[in-house]
Amino acid sequence: MNAMTEPVRVFLVDDHQLFLAGVRAELGETVDVVGAASDVDAAIEMIRERGPDVVLVDVHMPAGGGARVISEVGRTHPHVQFLALSVSDAPEDVIATIRAGARGYVTKTIAPDELLDAIERVRSGDAVFSPRLAGFVLDAFADIAPAAADPELEQLTPREREVLRLIARGYAYKEVARDLGISAKTVETHVSSVLRKLQLSSRHQLARWASDRRLI
Amino acid sequence: MVAGVAAGLADAFGLEANVVRCGFVVLALASGLGVLLYGAGWALMPPASEDTPGRENEHGDAIANVAFGAVVLGGLLLVRAVGFWPGDLVVWPLAAAFAGLALLAMRSGPPAGANDLPDWQVLRRLPPDAADAVAVLVGTRRGALARIGAGFACVAIGIAVFVVSADSWRALRGAVIASLAVVVGIALVVGPGLSRLVHALVAERRERIRADERADMAAHLHDSVLQTLALVQRRANEPREVVRLARMQERELRGWLLGGDAPAAHPASSLGAALEEVAAAVETEHGVPVEVVRVRDRGLEGAEPLLAAAREAMMNAARHSGAATVSVYLEVETDRATIFVRDRGKGFDPDTVPTDRGGISHSIVGRMARAGGHATLRSTVGDGTEIELVLPLAKVDEQEPAPTVEEHET
Repeated sequence: MNAMTEPVRVFLVDDHQLFLAGVRAELGETVDVVGAASDVDAAIEMIRERGPDVVLVDVHMPAGGGARVISEVGRTHPHVQFLALSVSDAPEDVIATIRAGARGYVTKTIAPDELLDAIERVRSGDAVFSPRLAGFVLDAFADIAPAAADPELEQLTPREREVLRLIARGYAYKEVARDLGISAKTVETHVSSVLRKLQLSSRHQLARWASDRRLI
Repeated sequence: MVAGVAAGLADAFGLEANVVRCGFVVLALASGLGVLLYGAGWALMPPASEDTPGRENEHGDAIANVAFGAVVLGGLLLVRAVGFWPGDLVVWPLAAAFAGLALLAMRSGPPAGANDLPDWQVLRRLPPDAADAVAVLVGTRRGALARIGAGFACVAIGIAVFVVSADSWRALRGAVIASLAVVVGIALVVGPGLSRLVHALVAERRERIRADERADMAAHLHDSVLQTLALVQRRANEPREVVRLARMQERELRGWLLGGDAPAAHPASSLGAALEEVAAAVETEHGVPVEVVRVRDRGLEGAEPLLAAAREAMMNAARHSGAATVSVYLEVETDRATIFVRDRGKGFDPDTVPTDRGGISHSIVGRMARAGGHATLRSTVGDGTEIELVLPLAKVDEQEPAPTVEEHET
């Protein structure tokens, strides 16, 4: 695609120096790492200044975490795309980061080539759902589905559920496409649509899901 | 002289002790202020160290206190005789109130260390700062309660006599002014020192709690993370082993952070949690990461065959597939629980596997069938394997057992 034109300009935000160095080393050759920050305020300022294509952002940080970086930068620089990268297991944190505007969520154990793939996908405006995120989303919508009286809450379509289930089972997008007999582009469309519903659906419903989930 | 106040003050300000004593006497004769100051000084003065004669034990203290009381009494009588006297009804209640306050403000012995602060039930109900302050004020000696009681009694008597006897407006006004002066004076003299002391002790106690927490955490990290890191360094040329160690440690640390001291101490109570445990065990045993994704959960009871079959499927994938990771997906719906175990390994042709090979036909397919469910195997050479396990559920107990409502009709 546009891989021929210019390498992706990537910015890293993580309060863990060791991890920053590791990701930088992994990505160094194929993408243009334009900067890194290890706290929220510095990150917001530097991202606004340097205007990267994609920001890899940690979910857990002092002073508001990744969600704050995403929402603050998103207000002024809507073209910057965010991919959350975290070891956090807590579903409510992950969902909060997605709702702040991240285009996807992957765990830090992701293989380098998969991470590069995810960055490219986020750059071109697609959504990146790791199996874990797909599971969280299914869980969230499954829980609030039965009481579907809330018109504010858009339900997932059966097809979207199928796609999410396959992703949660560990299928790559093209494997999902093959299994369902649809094109990879259609899979992308479904996933993006789920992301949009997740970002727009009623805060109240998701908050309830998150607090229920915490109790389990 | 009496309680060493003059000498102590002289020490503190570098004056001759006798000069200070004379000052007190003059002040006492003039208005009683000297007595007040002397008393306040005595109550506040840090106890002399062990080797100072006359102050080494409580018994000595008591004698000194009585002597001091006598001297104050004598001084007051003297002032009365001299004629500089606002009136019996004003002075005696004031004296009683002051004695009470002195008793209350008095510290017995060395300031109670934060370690031996009393730990009464009452204190637990107060906000921590207030509790600390009370504990510090009260001290820990056994006489503390008696002292407080006596102090309050004196104050109460003083005030009562005052109120009852103030029959004329003029006397009342004098009395109010005098008592205000006493209160302000005491607050000025006692307040700063007391509040410093309380703050210091509260801070000390906090610091100690924090230090304890740090020590706990350091101990835990030492036993877990540092040990693992040492192992990782020693086995740096065995990538698979390093991954296994790192994953194991990650799981342990995460469990600890998310709030259990001993996550393994109690057996998993839900199907999802049990599945995670099984996955962790397989991962540890074979060095292949097993990723579990769960959508909703239910109690473990009744789902044991499903769990056992899933374990067998994970073992097969980890042992034979050669895949880098194994993906496990659990979804609980109202009428069934489904588990997928998938690897992107070398796969095999199901038709070529001898039907008597125990792993799949007996442990997985047979087990699921006996439990009323079924297992489906899909495998392609070069593309990996996926096993689907479905167990139908009785409708009642999804996530948490539905409350059983018993209705008695009469």
